[in-house]
Amino acid sequence: MSAPAPGPDITPRVDGDVAVRTTGLRKVFGTLVAVESLDLDILRGEVFGLLGPNGSGKTTTIRMLCGLLEPTAGEATVVGVDVARDPEGVRRRIGYMSQRYGLYDDLTIRENIRFYASMYGLRGRDRDRRIEGLLDDLGLRPRRDQMAGTLSGGWKQRLALACATAHEPDMLFLDEPTAGVDPASRRLFWEWIYGLARGGTTILVTTHYMDEAERCQRLGFLSRGHLIALGTVDEVSHAFGQPTIEDVFIELQRRDEDLEAAGRGPAAPGRDRT
Amino acid sequence: MLWKELVQMRRDRFTLGMLVGIPAIQLLLFGFAIRMEVRHLPAVVLDESQSTESRALVQAMANTGNFDVIGAVADRDEMRLAIERGDARAAVVIPPGFETDLKRRRTATAQVIIDAADPLASQAAIAAAALASSARNAALGAARAGTGRLEVRVRPWYNPALESAIYIVPGVAGLILTLTLSAITSMSIVRERERGTLEQLIVTPVTRAGLMLGKILPFALVGYVQITVILILGRFVFDVPIRGSLLLLYVATAPFILASLALGLFISTAVKTQVQAMQLSFLVILPSILLSGFMFPREAMPGFAQWIGGAIPLTYFLRIMRGILLKGTELGSIWKDVASLCAFAVLLITVSSMRFRKSLD
Repeated sequence: MSAPAPGPDITPRVDGDVAVRTTGLRKVFGTLVAVESLDLDILRGEVFGLLGPNGSGKTTTIRMLCGLLEPTAGEATVVGVDVARDPEGVRRRIGYMSQRYGLYDDLTIRENIRFYASMYGLRGRDRDRRIEGLLDDLGLRPRRDQMAGTLSGGWKQRLALACATAHEPDMLFLDEPTAGVDPASRRLFWEWIYGLARGGTTILVTTHYMDEAERCQRLGFLSRGHLIALGTVDEVSHAFGQPTIEDVFIELQRRDEDLEAAGRGPAAPGRDRT
Repeated sequence: MLWKELVQMRRDRFTLGMLVGIPAIQLLLFGFAIRMEVRHLPAVVLDESQSTESRALVQAMANTGNFDVIGAVADRDEMRLAIERGDARAAVVIPPGFETDLKRRRTATAQVIIDAADPLASQAAIAAAALASSARNAALGAARAGTGRLEVRVRPWYNPALESAIYIVPGVAGLILTLTLSAITSMSIVRERERGTLEQLIVTPVTRAGLMLGKILPFALVGYVQITVILILGRFVFDVPIRGSLLLLYVATAPFILASLALGLFISTAVKTQVQAMQLSFLVILPSILLSGFMFPREAMPGFAQWIGGAIPLTYFLRIMRGILLKGTELGSIWKDVASLCAFAVLLITVSSMRFRKSLD
């Protein structure tokens, strides 16, 4: 194993409760099947990584879990609430950070946080206290009055995290949170993520960075909408007969391209190709 | 939500400037374009009298500034042709016995023929004719007590109804409101979709109604600012009277503004980009310009055009505006139009909120 050691001090509180459960989740856009029969359990307090090449269905999955997209078929329960039946009930208890961050360029850092805190129902003194706390926790204070549009990637990422966690959600969805961010910012970002996980927040994160994947407690690999591998870093590597997660990823990408050329279904795990 | 929109509106100086500037510029453009037309109407002269008095009358006409004499014509056919071709918008006709009548102390009658297809021009012609004849009468009376009176009769061609010039300002007001409000609402929502913030809003527990109201209310405020700017400009630049109740006007404006905003909301659900939103807004507004009675009187339209015009909120708002501003109409005589606007507002809000979903599907 040449994989770097997982994050230094993960002491997650995995107590067996299920934070996310999907059964037969499916999403079709026109003729394109984006997600196919997804059965997935994510435990409470877990840092779960969802991996896969571009277009494999990661974002679609997250969007269905957040109630942004309606599943074509199947069911999803998030923090014990049925997404289809009570989407607002789910939304109150989850945070979502999209690839595009969803910040208002013409509002300042403070105003962005204030706005999202208000949208989650925080008012008056509680809201002010929470804003100040987030400014300090995420080191945003020095630039609190700067327009979000003029911030660099790392600052935007931190601000987006502040906005997504303004209401202290039980579960946090992070869709490629570290794309286009420098290594130092990425490391800091992961420290906050672990901090949240230690506080009991369940995290579902998608990423292209293999060192980040290896920091997750469990991984799910998506390929063309199918969940083709699930488990710890070592389990997934072994399942594919590859020494590291990065090798698994490259191998999957290669199989996908082969299958694309042959016009067939998704890749499946196996040891036959080592 | 309301707070955020207002902060953003303040930051976006350009759009804010546009929102206040557009009504001002449009109104001034429309208003002055019409003023230019009303003054300096090209006119031909058919002088069959060829006398000192006839030349003095033509000079008095020209002195009003409403006519520019572009030449003389030899007979009525030539005159008709000049007006039909549009070379001349008016003609001054002075009969052969004009000076003789005056000298014999009889009433001498001259005629002003006006192309009244543009109703505004007729106003100018009538004013000029009245001015010129009273000026000449005064001059004649002062010079020689022993002459008759002269009289100038105006004959409008093509459109004897003679609508008033100030009709245009209330029309522009309604048009600007509906156009800018529906465009700005649809663009503001589509912009959030383009930038990815709508996605972020959807995952918050804000209700659908809260989201829509948050988008609509700030622009309702903008609508009231616009109508105030228009009324002030109309009053002080174009002398548009405000004969009726301002309160009634502002109250009756509410359903019109809401209908325009709901239309914008509806447009936002049908398009993907801001450019499309802008284009669709203009497309939807086009019938308002043509069929509401803003440019052409609805009475002159064929049946189906009137019927379509009846399905346009601006049609009713125009009647309300013109009624209150120009005639001092009370609620009693326009309540049907107000009720129609309310029905439009309710209908458009219902339809667009049915289409507006808290989802990315």
